[in-house]
This record gives sequence, C-alpha cells and structure tokens, in this order.
Amino acid sequence: MPEFAMSDAPAVLQTEHLTARYGPVVALHDVTIAFRINRIHALIGPSGCGKSTLLRTLNRMHEVTEGATVSGRVLLDGHDIYDPRVSPMQLRRQVGMVFQRPTPFPTMSIYQNVAAGLRLQGRVSRTEMDARVEQALQEAGLWGEVADRLRRSPMALSGGQQQRLCLARTLAPRPEVILLDEPTASLDPRSTQRIEELLVELRRDYTIVIVTHNMQQAARISDETALLDGGELIEAGPTARIFTAPEDPRTDAYLTGRFG
Amino acid sequence: MTDQLRRARSGLMVGLMIVAVIAALVPLLFILIDLVRRGIGNLGISTAMIIPALTGTLIMVATATAIGVPLGVAAGVYCAEFPRSRLAGTTRFAADVLNGIPSIVVGVFVWGWIVARQGHFSALAGSIALALLMLPLVMRTTEEMLALVPGSLREAALALGYPHWRATTGIVLRAGVPGIATGSLLAVARIAGETAPLLFTALGSHYLSLDLNQPMAALPLLIFSYATGPYDEWHRTAWAAALVLIFVVFALSLAGRCIVGRHARIRDE
Repeated sequence: MPEFAMSDAPAVLQTEHLTARYGPVVALHDVTIAFRINRIHALIGPSGCGKSTLLRTLNRMHEVTEGATVSGRVLLDGHDIYDPRVSPMQLRRQVGMVFQRPTPFPTMSIYQNVAAGLRLQGRVSRTEMDARVEQALQEAGLWGEVADRLRRSPMALSGGQQQRLCLARTLAPRPEVILLDEPTASLDPRSTQRIEELLVELRRDYTIVIVTHNMQQAARISDETALLDGGELIEAGPTARIFTAPEDPRTDAYLTGRFG
Repeated sequence: MTDQLRRARSGLMVGLMIVAVIAALVPLLFILIDLVRRGIGNLGISTAMIIPALTGTLIMVATATAIGVPLGVAAGVYCAEFPRSRLAGTTRFAADVLNGIPSIVVGVFVWGWIVARQGHFSALAGSIALALLMLPLVMRTTEEMLALVPGSLREAALALGYPHWRATTGIVLRAGVPGIATGSLLAVARIAGETAPLLFTALGSHYLSLDLNQPMAALPLLIFSYATGPYDEWHRTAWAAALVLIFVVFALSLAGRCIVGRHARIRDE
C-alpha cells in the first residue's frame, strides 16, 4: 500500500494527554494522537466511546457545551490551541467542521451559505468572493448542480446536496484541517459514496479527521484509523494494519463484531 | 362486521369534529355579519368621529409596538440564550404575572406612574399601557420561536468561526423571524382592541390630534363611550366604529402576513 510510505508525514494536529470532561463525567481520558498532513484519519468505536468528543476538542467546539472542560494539550502546527491567547473563532476558521445532519442556514441563499465563513474574514471583493464560492462548490462536487440557482434557498436541495453544501461552506475559508462527525450517517448509499469520493480527493489539500460508525467506510477511505472505547484510545495506526493485524485484542474484538 | 363498525365509528368522529369546527366558526360569522349589517350604513354619518379615533388608534398602536416589540424580543432572546440563568427565570415569571394582570389594572398603574405625575392625560401614557400588555406576549413568543430553531444551526455557525453574538443575531434570530413577527402581530391585534388601559391614560378626544403628549381619541374608546350613550345616533356611530376597528385588525394581520412572507424568503444582494 502506498499509504505506508506516508506514515512519517508531519503531524498537523496532535493531542497530548488530552482529557475532556462534561462536568464531573470524564468523556475522554489521556488521549495522545497525531493527525498527519494530507491523510484521512478515521475515529471509530462504539457509541459513547468519546470519538465525537475527541473531534470536538480539536476545534474547541467541546467547550460550547455547558460545563465541558479540557486538560492536556492540542497542538495545531506546534501551537497549543487551548492557549488563552488563541481565539476560538480564529481557530475554527483554520479547523473546519461538518456535522452529522446537514445544517444549511435556512435564511441564506446557497451562495450566501458558502460565503458565510468567508464574510467573517473581513471585506472581500465581489469578484474574489464569487471565485472562492465557485471554487468551494467545485471542491464539494456541487457546482454543476447549483450553478444556475445560487440565489435560491438551500432548503430545496436533497439531503446529500445539503451535506455537500455544508462541506463547501467549510472549505470556502480554506481551513487546514477538516473535521467530520459522521457526515454520511443521515444519507443514502449513493450520497454517501459521493461524499467519500470527495474526501479522498480533498485529502490532497487538507488534513481530514472523520468520525464514523461505519467500519467499512473507515476501511474504504481512511489512511489511519484510531479505535476508542470508554474514553480511551485503544489503538491507532495505518488503516490497513489495524484492520488486518491489530495489536490490541480489543481492536480485534471490535472489528470482528464481538463488542460495540 | 367489525370493519363496518369501525367505519361507522370513524364517520361519527369525523362528523363530531365538523360540528365542533362549525360551532367555533358560527360566533365569528355572526359577529362579522351583524357588524357589517349595522355598521356599513352608518359609516357616512360617523366619519367625523371615526377619523380622529382611527388616527389615534393607529398612532398609539404604532408607538406601543415601537416600545413593546424591541423590549420583548430582547428579553426573549436573553431567556432563550441563557435559559437556566436566574435572571431568565425571574424574567419569565415576571412576564407570566404581567400577562395575568387584568388590562384595566395596567391602565390604573400607568395612570399612577405617568398621568398623575404629569398632571394630564396623554397618548404616550396610553401607548405605554398598551406596550406593557404586549411585552409578555412578544417575549414568550420570541423565546418559544428561538427554542424551535435547531441547536445544530447555532453549532454550525460557531464551528464556522462565528462569534456568539453573531451566531445569535445572524443565524438563530433570523431563522426565528417569521414566528416572532407572527407572534408580535397577534399581540398588536390584541392591543388594538384594548379599551380599559386607555380609559385612564389616553382618555379619548373628539378632535384629531397627532400630539403624543395630549389626550387622544381611539376606536375602542369611541365604541365604549358611544355604545353606552343615550342616543340612537351614538349607537349607530359605535357600530360603524366597531366595523372599522375589526377592519383595521384584519388589515394589520394581513399586511403582517405579507411582510413576514416576504421576509421569510431569501434576500440576496
């Protein structure tokens, strides 16, 4: 597999002894993991294992929940994102996120949805904006379907199209990292396949972390896989190895369906 | 056999529901028909009385809306944003109490606060009394409408790098605008017909006045004083005024619906 050669690619994002809590409840315990440039990382594990929590600590969406706290470090390009001088708003423009359910802004047009994140970065000229909206929609594989109705409401789009619109909205500000929280869980197989193909293409320009319930999906698209259980990182490594020769017996048990 | 029984029962239930719907509509129809029958012929002779009253009602309702809606929306947004804070709990409780206070009591209090201190009746005092009646309605509607906006929308905005306040105003509040506007319109329609709070505040007047600092005529006041008067002509004027009032409320709701409909659609530059 060519992926093995990239194993030592530099880490864009890494956690060090990261523990995340909701009030007194520990959702994530002492997780140290690296996410490397131009690779797709799958986070798998049973429900409630902490994979979504891990994802949300990576762009500080975790702390949006009342009572949620974090200890340990998360480094983006070597800088701790939990440093008090770091603005969560700025950070989230570098580390974009797509959610399980499509969340187009209903009061905005398709164009405005894609431009929403860009507008936060200050004044952008009309031509520049048009170009970047088009580029983001191209990257999300949606341009051909919406080019003639950019001014219309996104609510008339199908679920899969809405999800790709959300992907375009996340891509438009050109983040370094894209986080996806079960992005295809609410989609039909064809839309799912479309998103998977896009992610594989997007890998060239971004670092991607995807939470998925679907182990086939992890096997199909990811370069690296991490298994979590009970808030702890059980095992992480190249997907091919995790799926064929797991080191931890719990990984083997999970992958063969004996738990989770 | 059982199938027939089931059909019969279903038919009976549907029939009962139709009866219930008719029962709900009949009073409204009676009122409308009676109003039109008695009012429309008297519009001509009542014009001189109705024009100041109509003007006064429109001015005071507009002023009350200008005071009550922003305050109510702001309070509602606060309660929706910080639902478990103590201030939100207190505000909610206060709004429910305010909502339960009879409108005539609100009128008396505003008389005590403003009219008695200033030494004269005024349209502004009337507007404030009406605004106080709107406030809890607008606040609760705003809070309820914002609660209906999915939390995932706010999360999406925050994840895109929106600051908290911009996620609230630009995404959540905007998504709630149609509902908030409808609720506000219901509140407007309700206060347009209020008589009691105006008795002690705006007082009423026989003349066309645009001065918020002076007593002002209003349709409900006109109806009240003329319907209880001794002369048959007065009664006819009251009927005409009632017709106009109903028409105003109807027109307000309709206009509001159009505005909301347009607002709900996408606005793009």
